[in-house]
Amino acid sequence: MHPVLLSAQNMTRTFPGVVANDAVSLALREGEIHALLGENGAGKSTLVKMIYGVLRPDSGSLVWNGKEVSISSPSTARSLGIAMVFQHFSLFDALTVFENIYLGLDKNTNAENLKKEISAISERYGLPLDPDRHVYTLSVGERQRIEIIRCLLQNPKLLVMDEPTSVLTPQEVEKLFQTLRQLADEGMAILYISHKLDEIKQLCEHATILRDGRVVDSVEVVNETAASLAEKMMGQALSPSLDSIAPQREKLMLLVNELNADTDDQYGIRLRGINLQAYAGEIVGIAGVAGNGQEELLKAVSGETLLATSSMVKLNAVECGKYGPNRRRKLGLACIPEERLGHGSVPGMSLKDNALLTSFKRLGLLTRGFIRSAAAVDFTHRIIERFDVRYRDHQSLASSLSGGNLQKFIVGREMAQNPDVLVVSQPTWGVDAGAAQTIRASIQTLAGEGSAVVVISQDLDELMSICHRIGAICAGRLSDFYPVGDITVQQVGLLMAGAESLEGDGS
Amino acid sequence: MVFGSPLVAFILTLVAGVVLFQIMGVNPFDALYAFFVEPLTSLYGWGELGVKATPLVLIAVALSIGFRAGVWNIGAEGQLTLGAICGGGVALLFYDVEGFWVLPLMIAAGIGGGMLWAAIPALLRTRFNANEILTSLMLTYVATLLLSMLVHGPWRDPDGFNFPESRIFSESATLPLILGGTRLHLGWIFALLAVAAGWLLMSRTIIGFQVKVVGEAPAAGRYAGFRVRRVIWFTLLLGGGAAGLAGLIEVSGPIGQLLPSISPGYGFTAIIVAFVGRLHPVGVLFAGLLLALSYLGGESAQISLNLPLAVTGVFQGLLLFFLLACDVLIHYEVRWRSNTLTSTRSG
Repeated sequence: MHPVLLSAQNMTRTFPGVVANDAVSLALREGEIHALLGENGAGKSTLVKMIYGVLRPDSGSLVWNGKEVSISSPSTARSLGIAMVFQHFSLFDALTVFENIYLGLDKNTNAENLKKEISAISERYGLPLDPDRHVYTLSVGERQRIEIIRCLLQNPKLLVMDEPTSVLTPQEVEKLFQTLRQLADEGMAILYISHKLDEIKQLCEHATILRDGRVVDSVEVVNETAASLAEKMMGQALSPSLDSIAPQREKLMLLVNELNADTDDQYGIRLRGINLQAYAGEIVGIAGVAGNGQEELLKAVSGETLLATSSMVKLNAVECGKYGPNRRRKLGLACIPEERLGHGSVPGMSLKDNALLTSFKRLGLLTRGFIRSAAAVDFTHRIIERFDVRYRDHQSLASSLSGGNLQKFIVGREMAQNPDVLVVSQPTWGVDAGAAQTIRASIQTLAGEGSAVVVISQDLDELMSICHRIGAICAGRLSDFYPVGDITVQQVGLLMAGAESLEGDGS
Repeated sequence: MVFGSPLVAFILTLVAGVVLFQIMGVNPFDALYAFFVEPLTSLYGWGELGVKATPLVLIAVALSIGFRAGVWNIGAEGQLTLGAICGGGVALLFYDVEGFWVLPLMIAAGIGGGMLWAAIPALLRTRFNANEILTSLMLTYVATLLLSMLVHGPWRDPDGFNFPESRIFSESATLPLILGGTRLHLGWIFALLAVAAGWLLMSRTIIGFQVKVVGEAPAAGRYAGFRVRRVIWFTLLLGGGAAGLAGLIEVSGPIGQLLPSISPGYGFTAIIVAFVGRLHPVGVLFAGLLLALSYLGGESAQISLNLPLAVTGVFQGLLLFFLLACDVLIHYEVRWRSNTLTSTRSG
């Protein structure tokens, strides 16, 4: 067995009101891919931030190569040989790959040598990347490669990866895993943060499982099944998702017909020839890597972007391409955007005001332009009770809710208006498993009651488990749709990568 | 914290004032007395406070609504001037006519003039995405020069010995006084009504809700179906109308005629009033009174202590400066660190 590289002992860190890490210990060996597993809010990020010097622990010690160290800043961490790839990249869109890497370095380097080093690393580890491309032209997977190369340039002994696969296609994930295995074979230790169990089964040897800020177990992955890991992570067995029977396709609720839309945003995606149907009782899934037009599609359907001709969107057989959001809501539409804070809700406003945001027309919460305050409070309480939102009172600010609670609130606000058509983007992104289950179940209930639902998501497992039909969006174009029973995850991956249909693929 | 910060800023302003007066060789406590207390030792003084606060409160209530929406109209001074020109123009047109309808007509013209002047930045912003901070500010100078041109030229009083002044407005073109022994006029009632209306608009109506949502999170505003352009038009016209009304009130109230200069910077001071009042109508009322006092105090300090008139501006500036500093320091922490990155030279 390899020697221990880093051991964290009894790390404790509290925030006002919460113990984020309670005496957490962890030992990492050289050449080992070690999983840090836990739900959102279990304390994974806190632990990693202490290791990387972003946060100081209240108590506990870090031992690096047998010596106790104090890591006071990320630059200290880097000088020890700890590198980290964050979930959210810090890259300048308008600069090239090379410029981004050059800017991020701690020490002065010769530009020519650096270019050579970049190509050497990208060749050696199978991370193809053109240093002269501008970042905004790159896919998310390619952007991640920049971050990885940036880390590898420092010759780290430990690489920390925070949920690296949440934005990748299955094929890209496979490539990333190859790279990580190669790095581990060369003796690098990798701390791999995730809540995706099958990935951990595939990739990791050892797993430390966190729940509510404590280490609940530390296991050899080969001895575990995905189910046993899930049970340890959540403290309870997952109830199986409802079995959904594909509905009869009788009543067409939403029709998107040859939709084209340009974008004002320099880095936005132009939608081209989008066709989409959703029937009553049906859940239609749209897979895709982030930034391929999901946001633009949602805005075009919701009415935030007005379309060139009214026939491009039909709700309940009414052409409404030129209608604004509230006229479409009147026709029975509800939309939930991906960005919770600042798009789906106003962070600095109360829950009551946020309940009002999309409901004032449809629920008639106005009299002569005046807000019927009592009715709005009632509606807020109805959402909160039905969706079990944890909050202080209806005056609590949206920004004070945790991600999962706010998402439940937003989903609840739209569901409580009994929409005939619901379009929801990334419904469970960054949400803890409990809230995710509530949200998925409510989507299925809504469809069961006869509404049409379109789910746009990066989470393929989620789509495969709740949808009846599935397709993918890539570079502003929508692929054909297939019943989930007739398509494999790998095939959806091909659609996500830009295949328009699976014909001629032998399937 | 939100309401603490103006208080802290005021105290810091006083402290800075003490230091300032000390440097100027004036007993600071005499100076502060002259500045903040002496003006309020008579009923007349209280009336004057209302007279000065009227334009400040009127404009600041409207501006604060715009600021909540993220629309930065800083050209209220120009809109005020145009309101005075249009309203005053009506008064001059009917200078020999008596009638109850003259004053309402002037008010309408004053509001219309201010709105017209604010419509230009609104149009430029919504059509060409031109920054309203620049356009509204620059139009202020145009408006001031326009007024100057009129009173030096066509509108000059024919019996006025060539002074650059218009005729004195007639009785029916003058705002009635409402408190005996003072100059307090009907405009003060308008200001109080504006506070009430502003509060109602912002806290109870969907229009105020729209303004707040668009200001806080424009994307959420579009999601809710609010049109950002409409909010820009609404808030600019509202600010322009209020400033125009304030300008009309000035010329048909305390001044009583058109002069080359009709405002000691009320339109700019109203920006300070809006922020000190935390962009809330009721806060604006108190802030308006405080800043009105700074005008009176400046005059009184000038008379009793021979201090320059610039003291008023310095005090107003200090107050805004400390307020903004307090707001920043409450939310952020200053960290001193050496720059670890040195410039790189490839070679």
